Amino acid sequence: MLYVLFLSMRRELPIFGVSRFTGLDNYFFLLSDDRFWNALGNTLYFTLLSVSVELVLGLAIALLLERDFRHKGMMRAVVLLPWAIPTVVSARMWEWIFNGDFGVLNRLLGIRINWLGSPFWAMHAAVFADIWKTTPFVAIIIMAGLQAIPRDLYRAARVDGAGSLDIFMGITLPLLRPVILVVLLFRSLDAFRVFDAVYVLTGGGPANTTETLSIYAYKVLFQTLQFGYGSTLAVAVFLCTGLISAGYIRLLMGGKR
Amino acid sequence: MAILLLALFCTAPLVWQLITSLKPDPELTRIPPLLPVQPTFSHYSALFHDPTFLRIIMNSAIVAASTTILALAAGSLCAFALAKLRVVCSKLFLGLVLSVSMFPPIATVSPLYLIIRYLGMRDTILALVITYTTFSLPLAIWILTSFFREIPEEIYHAARLDGCTPFRAFIRIMLPLAAPGVFTTSILVFIFSWNEFLFALTFTATPASRTIPVAIALFPGLHELPWGDMAAASILVTVPLLILVFMFQKRIVAGLTAGAIKG
Repeated sequence: MLYVLFLSMRRELPIFGVSRFTGLDNYFFLLSDDRFWNALGNTLYFTLLSVSVELVLGLAIALLLERDFRHKGMMRAVVLLPWAIPTVVSARMWEWIFNGDFGVLNRLLGIRINWLGSPFWAMHAAVFADIWKTTPFVAIIIMAGLQAIPRDLYRAARVDGAGSLDIFMGITLPLLRPVILVVLLFRSLDAFRVFDAVYVLTGGGPANTTETLSIYAYKVLFQTLQFGYGSTLAVAVFLCTGLISAGYIRLLMGGKR
Repeated sequence: MAILLLALFCTAPLVWQLITSLKPDPELTRIPPLLPVQPTFSHYSALFHDPTFLRIIMNSAIVAASTTILALAAGSLCAFALAKLRVVCSKLFLGLVLSVSMFPPIATVSPLYLIIRYLGMRDTILALVITYTTFSLPLAIWILTSFFREIPEEIYHAARLDGCTPFRAFIRIMLPLAAPGVFTTSILVFIFSWNEFLFALTFTATPASRTIPVAIALFPGLHELPWGDMAAASILVTVPLLILVFMFQKRIVAGLTAGAIKG
């Protein structure tokens, strides 16, 4: 980590044999770099949208799986599947489903949309694929939180004449708060540094509209081999994730007091 | 009813990939019929007759297996010390471990890359094993510590009184008792190193050390992607995970929650 800070203040271009100290120049360049702001915006949009949908869906799935039905274990395994398969495989799978010419999605809906070719749809396709892949994680953790709530509380509330909605709003949600915050923390961090899911699906295109910070940093690092500026971008990602976790941890601590 | 919908949502893309992998090439680009008219295993046999692909599968297996063993060996010792021995600032250390696991991989990939190139380990399996071990250690330590903590103090003290050294007590008494936790952790570490992409992409250059995710991402094909072969490859990569998930879903859930809730 210290090495990356060191690198971020240098101009490193191995192919030209350039390697010198430039102080904060890279950081000043960062502030005026439109592509950086674009990537930051994309990343924030991606994170906010996917994490909020995942939370709602995950909560619903957790409540659903809590009920009694047959083949419960089997069902849990099915829900875990998207989480377990490699992100690259999931991205390729969705790429094939979203394929404009031969994709099954267009055929099933009877429309022709170039999902990954238009800026608006490409971003939302990426968000959708991410939601599919990571909602199981959210659901599983929330389920564990649900199981920690004492049954007596529900029963007592029923006796007091509370309806299902009252119970959910008055007991389930408040008691789930810490668990939900932890899940949000994990997922926001993961979504913010998203790389492979989007990189394989769209490569950051069309026209950088789905380029996230990690993808931009990767391209600068390994496609143009600017280790100095690339490291500056990496430090920016690091600072952002630090801010995000600090925010959540404050919320968590506040809840305990 | 809702359950059925959920199952469909979770499995449909995978099922479609399976169907795709069984279609002969001319049928790939025509959708009605949805199901293959003449199912074929040609995509699979093409993969199995490709020495590069076999090599890559071997790489993945070796990397994932050795990472799991290394991370578990180091992680269980560390977790045992944190949970049962009086280590100064063990709380602080656990917090530090957790914060390391929150580092964005992209922030560490460039210095690691330069170090690995400097050591002449670029494009070797060893580079991947070392990196993955480092990155899965926090997870392993975190989960294992919570499992070791659940073992009653008295058992450890009894072993010490009977003349066991701490290390012996760890090997003979504590480790067998924590076996479920160790097992759970190994599944998670295995899945992580089997699936990892960013480091695998940057540290490898040739099929000599490439792992499956990279191979699938960089599938050869200049103009048109060979969708059939790729579908077959992704099904093959997923099969080991499928088996793990269906056999050990309870353990996986336990491990995930131990990692998240107790944090």
